[in-house]
Amino acid sequence: MSSTEQEKLMTLPKKKLKILNWLWVLLFVAGLFISTNETKTDLGALFANFGEFADIFLQMLHPDWSYLVTVVPLLLETIKMAILGTAIGSVIAFIYSLLIARNIVKNKAVTGILRIIMNIIRTIPDLLLGAIFVAIVGIGPVAGVLALAICTFGIVVKLFYEAIETIDPGPIEALTAVGANKIQIIVFAVLPQVITYFISYCLYAFEINVRASTVLGYIGAGGIGLYLQQTLQIFDYPKTGTIIIVIIIVVVLIDYVSSKSREALMQ
Amino acid sequence: MADSAVKPIIELKNVKKVYGKDVVGLKDVNLTINKGEFVVIVGLSGAGKSTLLRSINRLIDITEGDILVNGESITKAKGKKLRTLRRHIGMIFQSFNLVKRSSVLRNVLTGRVGYYPTWKSTFNLFTKEDKQRAYDALQQVDLEDKVYSRADELSGGQQQRVAIARVLTQNPDIILADEPTASLDPQTSRRVMKDLQMLNEKHGMTVVINLHSVQLAQEFGKRVIGVRAGEIIYDGKMSDTPASTFDQIYSGGDQDE
Ligand SMILES: Nc1ncnc2c1ncn2[C@@H]1O[C@H](COP(=O)(O)OP(=O)(O)O)[C@@H](O)[C@H]1O
Ligand SMILES: [Mg+2]
Repeated sequence: MSSTEQEKLMTLPKKKLKILNWLWVLLFVAGLFISTNETKTDLGALFANFGEFADIFLQMLHPDWSYLVTVVPLLLETIKMAILGTAIGSVIAFIYSLLIARNIVKNKAVTGILRIIMNIIRTIPDLLLGAIFVAIVGIGPVAGVLALAICTFGIVVKLFYEAIETIDPGPIEALTAVGANKIQIIVFAVLPQVITYFISYCLYAFEINVRASTVLGYIGAGGIGLYLQQTLQIFDYPKTGTIIIVIIIVVVLIDYVSSKSREALMQ
Repeated sequence: MADSAVKPIIELKNVKKVYGKDVVGLKDVNLTINKGEFVVIVGLSGAGKSTLLRSINRLIDITEGDILVNGESITKAKGKKLRTLRRHIGMIFQSFNLVKRSSVLRNVLTGRVGYYPTWKSTFNLFTKEDKQRAYDALQQVDLEDKVYSRADELSGGQQQRVAIARVLTQNPDIILADEPTASLDPQTSRRVMKDLQMLNEKHGMTVVINLHSVQLAQEFGKRVIGVRAGEIIYDGKMSDTPASTFDQIYSGGDQDE
């Protein structure tokens, strides 16, 4: 054969320069410029006001420790909201996941419709959910709990139904052959294979919820966020600093404990 | 056994199975198996052995025809009726199909699940008798010391014997075994076949086994059925079956897609 063809076999062929890839890059860069213009984002302002930013930051670094008496109970309320929201959302996600797993429910129409509903719910951001529930049930932690429940649902349902769909089908077959009904098949053949995953996903959702719940108060959905907003509004930065430091400590602690437990579960 | 009253326990009538549009699983199969028989089904891979076996307890829905178990149509049965019929049919799988993360005892007890209302089984409220029954079954397959082990701690041969204990606990009239020894070494395979023989001889269960080892078929089978391309091409007593018949059954090349 020709010498060029032989060369192809000897040396590593060069990766083809994909024109399409470059087109994408161009499109993104152009998009970035157009959108900064459209939204009148002034990057200059960020740097111009840097001095003020540093000043606030310094004030926050001198937290008002006497404020702890107020902050700690608020934080506990926030964590309670996260726990309750996680619990409610997880229970719903548990049942819902079984209904949309195609190896459990064979009816494609049922799973299909339920999946569309799930996907719609998953697209709603948590703050928007909080705002909606504040409008429905009024200002207070109930709105926050409901918002967190739906967030949890969105996180857990997706991970859990995918875990269910990857289980070993053998035990399902064995239980079917033995004359078990649907619920018995789930209890004996499905759950033993996925229950540790479920618990792990709930803990993961809880980690996210603790963080989200600290902000929900901003829109009146209960918890510490309300005070975060108030202290900022009256420029009481030492108090804001106290709140932020306490939040950070608690979030890091909960994250650590939760991820360690998840690791232990998966062994 | 041959002189006891002959009573059909499984009857296939003009059974046809087509997968999708045109993949033939079974074409017009007629077959009667009597109470207490020990039947081996042999044939190339892809011949339709699994399809035949799995249509008997309706893990597969057939396309045409009817299948009677103990004189009742399983093809037409629905819901509770179907589950009750299935309770009388035990099954042994090539891949054991144990719940690997559950204990041996819990796996063996699943054989009884069909006898319990949902809520009782959900809360693990098995009766003392049933727990004892499960333990007795484990003793019969010499695994009583593994009763609280997790199933995935056991070897392949042991797992298959747990599956046999599960079937024993289920106490069915019929046992279907789909290549129960295919993933086991020769020695373990013989042990499993002996356990199945015990179910047949000691407990009077009717046993139907798919095998692809001619040697095991000849050693254990009382009646042999040859399947090729979805059809029964041979049916006779093992004692009347010359070795050349197996060559015929296995001729015609590999039928795998
Ligand atoms: N679920 C299925 N979908 C489509 N075709 C199948 C399915 N199961 C089996 N078949 C086909 O049916 C035929 C018989 O298969 P099977 O009963 O598994 O044979 P055997 O158990 O003798 O190896 C084969 O051609 C196989 O490819
Ligand atoms: Mg097969």
